[in-house]
Amino acid sequence: MIHGCLAIYYRELMIMKRRLPKMIATMSVSPLLYLIAFGYAMGENVNVDGCSYLEFLLPGLIAMSSMTQAFSIASEINIARFYWHIFEEFQAAPISNISYVAGEVLAGMTRAFISIFIILILGYFFGVVLSCNFFFWLAIILNSFIFASLAVGMAMLVKSHADQSMFSSFVITPMAFLGGTLFPIDNLPIWAQKILFLLPLTHASKAIRAASLGNRPDYSSYIILFLTGALFISIAFLCVNKARD
Amino acid sequence: MIILKNLNKHYKSIQALKNVHLHINRGELFAYLGPNGAGKTTTIRIMTGLTKLSSGTVLLNRFDIEQDQVAAKKESGLVPQSINLDQELTVAENLDIHGMLYQMPVKARRSKTDELLDYMDITDRKKTLVKHLSGGLKRRVMIARALMHSPKILFLDEPTVGLDANIRRRIWAIVKKIQQDGTTIFLTTHYIEEAEFLAQRVAFLNNGEIVALDTPKNLMQKMGTWAIDRLEESNMETTYFQTREAAKKFMADQKQSFTLRHVNLEDAFLTLTGKKVK
Ligand SMILES: Nc1ncnc2c1ncn2[C@@H]1O[C@H](COP(=O)(O)OP(=O)(O)O)[C@@H](O)[C@H]1O
Ligand SMILES: [Mg+2]
Repeated sequence: MIHGCLAIYYRELMIMKRRLPKMIATMSVSPLLYLIAFGYAMGENVNVDGCSYLEFLLPGLIAMSSMTQAFSIASEINIARFYWHIFEEFQAAPISNISYVAGEVLAGMTRAFISIFIILILGYFFGVVLSCNFFFWLAIILNSFIFASLAVGMAMLVKSHADQSMFSSFVITPMAFLGGTLFPIDNLPIWAQKILFLLPLTHASKAIRAASLGNRPDYSSYIILFLTGALFISIAFLCVNKARD
Repeated sequence: MIILKNLNKHYKSIQALKNVHLHINRGELFAYLGPNGAGKTTTIRIMTGLTKLSSGTVLLNRFDIEQDQVAAKKESGLVPQSINLDQELTVAENLDIHGMLYQMPVKARRSKTDELLDYMDITDRKKTLVKHLSGGLKRRVMIARALMHSPKILFLDEPTVGLDANIRRRIWAIVKKIQQDGTTIFLTTHYIEEAEFLAQRVAFLNNGEIVALDTPKNLMQKMGTWAIDRLEESNMETTYFQTREAAKKFMADQKQSFTLRHVNLEDAFLTLTGKKVK
């Protein structure tokens, strides 16, 4: 099982290596815009939950980016599948479906981590240094794992690249804005909070923010993230089985 | 050795394969011939585990493709109909990743890559990105990649479609060489001369059914030795003869212009399927 997973992961790394300069540039744009527009322009005097807005925003951007970047492998898999037919090379190879899923999920998590390093460096230039402790990384690992698994599952279910973009526009993008990333959800009406509580990203933002600002971790967030991850990777595995026509 | 027993495949309303039976010997070069949509690709996809069969059995060197998938997949290499290389990676990287997928150790991957690039005469393209290669070179890289793990069976799905005549001949020479090195080859094509030139045995597939299965020589002999083509009310009519004398006698009675030639595999195909291949 390990060799198959490594082969899939290695292939994704080789492709990422070739694209790294472009990837870094692309991954920097949106966090930079958020930091300038919401953080810098709003000034130091806006306080949220007892810290400056920049301090509030940066962990939110990390949560957002670890989700969107981990999920972005869905479109890579799609292009490889529908356009280049490379997926057939993996289907014909003597590797198990679980190694395929594991390799692609690792690739998605790697993208997420690259984007997080970029945000941490950007944050440093804006004068915000977060505490990158064990619970900070654990929350990021779980969050990127969840969305990379979701990406693999979706990529197997969709019938075209257009379906994929639709899912991104209707599910991923709204979640990126509403999942406790840009503003605290405590001020919203209770019914809205209840809905947002169902989104894994809300828990990830909460956990990442608490850890990075040095607060005590809320273990229930981690348990929810872990269970969601276990569910999503199982779904991804079933979807790969279904992808054979 | 490849054994197909009672193979059937339904795609919703279409029955793509109907009771296909085949027994292909070790080391044989077998051609699977049929017009577009006959079910050639479907058969190969089933044998390589890409598509589920509806009913029947497929054995590759004794391993059942449904029951024992991983073992069966190790026996074969696949060159699919459409190019499916990683365009953003180099030729060597494409082969290397294939070797990893088939659990080859690093050293073996390096030496096999060099050996195959030499075999295919593309050593100078080792570090070239695949997207910069011509169609003919991409085909050769595809074949090299499929041979990376030294499979005992090689599936080639229309390996020369869309290539120039001289490049096609080059691929034929490579295919012959691979067979001489002991690999069983299952080749699909809709170019009849390709099958006639390469294959020891040929199966004609029409609408998912095998309509004939024999050596090219036997299939042609059943038709006769000589053929006369003539235009009959804007239709090409062909008549077959066992001997030259018989053909000559027929020619003497002809009023229109005609051509006398040797029987070829296409004659057998047209007669058996009632269709032009292309
Ligand atoms: N994934 C699929 N879904 C539905 N029908 C298919 C699918 N793949 C092939 N077919 C149908 O099965 C038949 C055989 O196709 P194929 O095996 O590709 O033929 P060939 O390779 O001989 O040209 C065709 O009628 C084709 O339309
Ligand atoms: Mg085909």
